[in-house]
Amino acid sequence: MIIAIIALSVLAIAFGLLLGFAAVRYKVKTNPVVDQIDALLPQTQCGQCTYPGCRPYAEAIARDEADINQCPPGGEATIIALADLLGKDVKPLNEEHGEHAEKTVVYIDENVCIGCTLCIQACPVDAILGAAKLMHTVIADECTGCDLCIPPCPVDCIHIIPAIEDNKKIIVDLPDAPLLTNEPN
Amino acid sequence: MSSYNFIQKAVSHFNGGLKLAGHKEQSMQSGIEAALIPEELIVPLQQHIGKAAKPIVNVGDKVLKGQCIAKIETDSNSEEISVVTANIHAPSSGEIIAIEMHPLPSAITQSTKCIVIKTDGQDLWVDNLSPVSNPLELNKEELKNIIHKAGIVGLGGAGFPTHLKLVQEKPLDTLIINAAECEPYITCDAILIKEQAAKIIQGIQFILHALNIQKCLIGIEDNKPEAINALASALQNKAVDNIQIIQVPTRYPAGGEKQLIKTLTGKEIAIHSIPRDIGLVCHNVATAYAVAVAILEGKPLIERVVTVTGDNLKRSTNMQVLVGTSMSTILNACGYKESTTDEIIMGGPMMGFHLDSSDYPVIKTTNCVLVKNKKSKVEPLPCIRCGECARVCPANLLPQQLYWYVRAKDFDRVQDYQVFSCIECGCCDYVCPSHIPLVQFYRHAKTEIWTKEDEKIKSDHARQRHENRQFRLERKKKEDAERKAKKKALLQKKQGIDTSEQDSKKSAIEEALNRVKAKQTTVAKNTTNLTEEQQRQIREVDRRREDKIRQEKVLNKKEDNDNG
Repeated sequence: MIIAIIALSVLAIAFGLLLGFAAVRYKVKTNPVVDQIDALLPQTQCGQCTYPGCRPYAEAIARDEADINQCPPGGEATIIALADLLGKDVKPLNEEHGEHAEKTVVYIDENVCIGCTLCIQACPVDAILGAAKLMHTVIADECTGCDLCIPPCPVDCIHIIPAIEDNKKIIVDLPDAPLLTNEPN
Repeated sequence: MSSYNFIQKAVSHFNGGLKLAGHKEQSMQSGIEAALIPEELIVPLQQHIGKAAKPIVNVGDKVLKGQCIAKIETDSNSEEISVVTANIHAPSSGEIIAIEMHPLPSAITQSTKCIVIKTDGQDLWVDNLSPVSNPLELNKEELKNIIHKAGIVGLGGAGFPTHLKLVQEKPLDTLIINAAECEPYITCDAILIKEQAAKIIQGIQFILHALNIQKCLIGIEDNKPEAINALASALQNKAVDNIQIIQVPTRYPAGGEKQLIKTLTGKEIAIHSIPRDIGLVCHNVATAYAVAVAILEGKPLIERVVTVTGDNLKRSTNMQVLVGTSMSTILNACGYKESTTDEIIMGGPMMGFHLDSSDYPVIKTTNCVLVKNKKSKVEPLPCIRCGECARVCPANLLPQQLYWYVRAKDFDRVQDYQVFSCIECGCCDYVCPSHIPLVQFYRHAKTEIWTKEDEKIKSDHARQRHENRQFRLERKKKEDAERKAKKKALLQKKQGIDTSEQDSKKSAIEEALNRVKAKQTTVAKNTTNLTEEQQRQIREVDRRREDKIRQEKVLNKKEDNDNG
């Protein structure tokens, strides 16, 4: 009886120490769900979801404060991926936040630019290059098309243009094929 | 044929596949026609997977035939050999009139940068061609360098740069030369073998030498007896004994790399691995010819044999075509009348790329330009799960499962079912009783997955940049705060010194004032400490002065009254 108690106590202490050690050694600092959600978001940092960037939105989703259909740049694909990850139902994009559109980038009309640096401060991904009273330009490859630089521009010299990619990849269309013979037309 | 002992039958076979009508006779009637020089050549900078080459000429430059006009884009020379690109040379002499985007007949990209050359008709070669007279005495690196400089790519289909397939990371034992040419209508390889068998054998020997391997198997379908005979007699003339010709039963797609290897050696190549992993390397027969030309004549890859065939053509033939020649030029040379009921296909009817017009340039991988009457579109019916597609699939996939997962957009499952092992041969399409365009579903899935991967890379990059920016702003904020705090501390310290100084000054002033006061108080007046006598005298003096003032006043009054 006493031997059993001692043995169990020793085991309990040993496992307790082991667990305690593991808890300290392998402590998860951030919420892993946030990372997973963040990985699915398109990282435009546009703020259309009403959160100041993709990660804050991911945190809000993880806290169940935000819905999964608030990201217009991600569109349907992101919603499906999020629903899949979180075990939620797929729902259409909330149009309050905008519509899903083709990827664009911005272009600075360099003749008009006065070099105020306001757009540089607004760019979330450092895609605008320039200095005070010198011409600015957009690094098109780095631009995510968030359009955050447009409102601060005092001379309206920033324009939205479709993203041009060299050697653009083709996406083959999904062909039509009926699922059932009695499918209504 | 059987008189040659180096012609052998295949040891194995691949699963699935189809027996198709050949349609090869039309274009085998005549020999290879010489290239015609069109007025304009549109030379794409990217003709295969990988990266585009970088132009090294400018608009307005005059170029000579065979001059290098675009090179591998690298930062350092050491990297050069591993980048998936090939040099591009001017196919004829003339002037560069534009470097612009142009649509490309390829499933990889929609359009790419092209160098447009206006030809001068003289077709002058560059003068520094350097043919090698003793190629087998060169070392591997030198041979590889020549092939690399000549811009040779695999001429069978994908156009993978050949010099990259000549590296030897793992021990290799057998070179496989793909001469199967299994697609209907195409005869460009067969006719090339028929006419240039000796040179092809030389090319094979150079590749063997560059790879330092002894054994070579040439896989060729048994419906090309002329080509087989030509190869056999060339081998006999050269007295080469390490090259074997293996007759492969005519069955589409016998010319698929993995299918051919299975047929020739009985070995299967695992998913996600390449022939190199089991000691094999595969080159197309036309590539071997291009290698021979590059080494023996010093000429880069600027032209290739193209089969021009199909319905609605006055004649079908094989032509030596300069890279960059418009397809309409060669079609017109064969008496083609443009018609809306035709469709033009680059490649064969099974795997070819359907073009919307004939305005595309011939590229290094264009083996055939095929004109076919447009089939009336058959409406697809629902899948009845008959399993025919699985039976014919040469890659041993389950096409109908893939089809369902693609429909459901479940791309994870699509990848689990190995969509990337699909060689898009079109056998499943061909046999499907419901006429479902299955290959298009798989292409959709592949391109969708590639795009997603690209987007993922881009979004990760954007996230990194955003995080870097956040970090920088945070750091700046912290630094600003620190600097402010430091400044404040410094100011306070300074002020501290000031107050003590002021205090000392104040005290000094006060002291001085006090001193002055003290002095003032301590200064002795001559009226102090007077004796009794002196005080009395002063009082008397004062009284006398007062009396005098009073008398004067009285006198003044009297005078005033007198005058008044």
